[in-house]
Amino acid sequence: MELIANLELGLETALTLSNLFYCLLGVFLGTAIGVLPGLGPTATIAMLLPITFTLEPVSSLIMLAGIYYGSQYGGSTTSILVNLPGEAASVVTTIDGYQMAKQGRAGAALATSAVGSFFAGTVATFLIAAFGPPLAAVALEFGPADYFSLMVLGLVASVVLAHGSLLHAIGMVVLGMVLGMVGTDVTSGAQRYTFEIPELADGINFVTVAMGMFGLGEIIRNLESEAQRSVIISKITNLMPTKEDLRRMIAPILRGTLIGSALGILPGSGSILGSFAAYSIEKKVSKYRDQLGKGAIEGVAAPESANNAGAQTSFIPMLTLGIPSNPVMALMVGAMIIQGIQPGPSVISEQPALFWGIIVSMWIGNLFLVILNLPMIGIWVRMIMVPYQLLYPAIVAFTAIGVFSLNNREFDIYLMAIFGVFGYVFAKLGCESAPMLLAFILGPLMEEYLRRALLISRGNPWVFVQRPISVTLLALAALAMLAVSLPSFSKTREVALKG
Amino acid sequence: MIRSTKDFWAGLIYLFFGLCTVIIARDYDTGTALRMGPAYFPMLLGYLLTLIGIISVVRSFISHGTPIGEIAFKGLFVIIGSVLLFGFLVRRTGVVIALPLLVMISASASDHFRWPPTLILAAGLTLFCVFVFLRGLGVPLPIWGSWFGG
Repeated sequence: MELIANLELGLETALTLSNLFYCLLGVFLGTAIGVLPGLGPTATIAMLLPITFTLEPVSSLIMLAGIYYGSQYGGSTTSILVNLPGEAASVVTTIDGYQMAKQGRAGAALATSAVGSFFAGTVATFLIAAFGPPLAAVALEFGPADYFSLMVLGLVASVVLAHGSLLHAIGMVVLGMVLGMVGTDVTSGAQRYTFEIPELADGINFVTVAMGMFGLGEIIRNLESEAQRSVIISKITNLMPTKEDLRRMIAPILRGTLIGSALGILPGSGSILGSFAAYSIEKKVSKYRDQLGKGAIEGVAAPESANNAGAQTSFIPMLTLGIPSNPVMALMVGAMIIQGIQPGPSVISEQPALFWGIIVSMWIGNLFLVILNLPMIGIWVRMIMVPYQLLYPAIVAFTAIGVFSLNNREFDIYLMAIFGVFGYVFAKLGCESAPMLLAFILGPLMEEYLRRALLISRGNPWVFVQRPISVTLLALAALAMLAVSLPSFSKTREVALKG
Repeated sequence: MIRSTKDFWAGLIYLFFGLCTVIIARDYDTGTALRMGPAYFPMLLGYLLTLIGIISVVRSFISHGTPIGEIAFKGLFVIIGSVLLFGFLVRRTGVVIALPLLVMISASASDHFRWPPTLILAAGLTLFCVFVFLRGLGVPLPIWGSWFGG
């Protein structure tokens, strides 16, 4: 079978000693940032991106991917042990996870989270392997108009799934696209919005934007209210869940994996939404729903499976269509471009070792994560204690040197500082940065596809509704917009995205 | 009477960027739909952003919103200032001076700032960066800058 041959190729790539090492390094760093307060995967990957330029393309992508899904594991550890989510996707886990820890069942909660995550990761890996190639085959048929409409759908979805006001989500998307216009116009060679600054001729580097908004902006925000992590952690003694626990976690893990995988493909904060959705479904269907909130194992198993599944299926649009669905994926796209790989549906056929290598490495990475997070839990518990006032100056230092090394010029340091102010100001105004960064990446691409589509159609704008694929995608986008404007739906959205 | 300060300020930001985008784009060639010029797409976006800005500002007078809350001016100025200073100093003094300064100044923004651990952190990070980034990864930054004849 073709799938097996492909997975064999992936195994060959992923099992080389150096790739195993980078996979382990990635998931190790991922767990660390998941545990460390106030440091998320977007800022970390942006910081490490310049370092990966020196690596092989496969190795660098394997490591970056590991950081992302690894952070989902680490995030749950702090949720359970100190009632503080390490990552946004682990917010719901605090509810029952911390209750379990208070009842002296922290070990069982951690084990449940690891088992659920591992199962979900395995299923999601197979989903990518199974659905990736057919999706890419469909995408090869896409014309410029279809790509344009697909990106419209992607941005609409990120707007619908953003926190807070719909108007501001749209505003941030358009603002992001505007900022993406800075630089040289590819077709005419004209300099746009560069203010005759030579450093802006190549446009604003998205890593600079990400480091500023997600790195510095986040730090300033965290400094508003410095919570001390002085929670005393009782010794974790029993990691083995009881037979009863094992029996009860099966159904929630299955449900969580299913919901998480489905929602992970959506642009925006798929893995976050997945964990919330999984928890609310448990509240409705679980036999033990009256125990939820009081330390029920279902409240850990379902959201933890969902966020890990979602983190992994969010690779599908990036790997098959070349379109990022969240800021982390946008950084991965950037990493590929810098390595000389044009992301898109042809990656599977042109770079099979890369594509399958990444997929298989995800499964291996999940295996590493179980080992890292269960027997070695002691290390991470100590890491939770790292005080933030010593962590953030280090982040500032790494971002400053990292952003300089992109182009070896001070200009990027100053630009990052400006985006740091942006990040903080927009956070204060309740405007989310993630849709903006996504639009920043997609904006120039959309302009290019719009230009090509109109050129082919001889300037006829109806081309977007005449092509069946394009019109379907646009109709989906319109439906999503319409649905979210309905009062009953927008209430659900508010509840589901709260956190 | 502004009822939602968040909507108001965010709206002004959209308006500012939207109008700038449109005004600057007038210097570029718009072209036609068939052959989009460099100004075509930005112009569209600029108008759209201006419109969103107007809606947001108008809405700020109509519907109530949550207040912005206290702004961490200290954190904002200290963090951003320390990064700008680093950019200015890094080639002039070199990493050995610019980096510890960056670490110490940015660390002082915290309410829990204390000298002893910060000094150790600054020294450790500087050593780490010199060996890993400068020596290991070859980032072309001077250890001693031009002010010291580096």
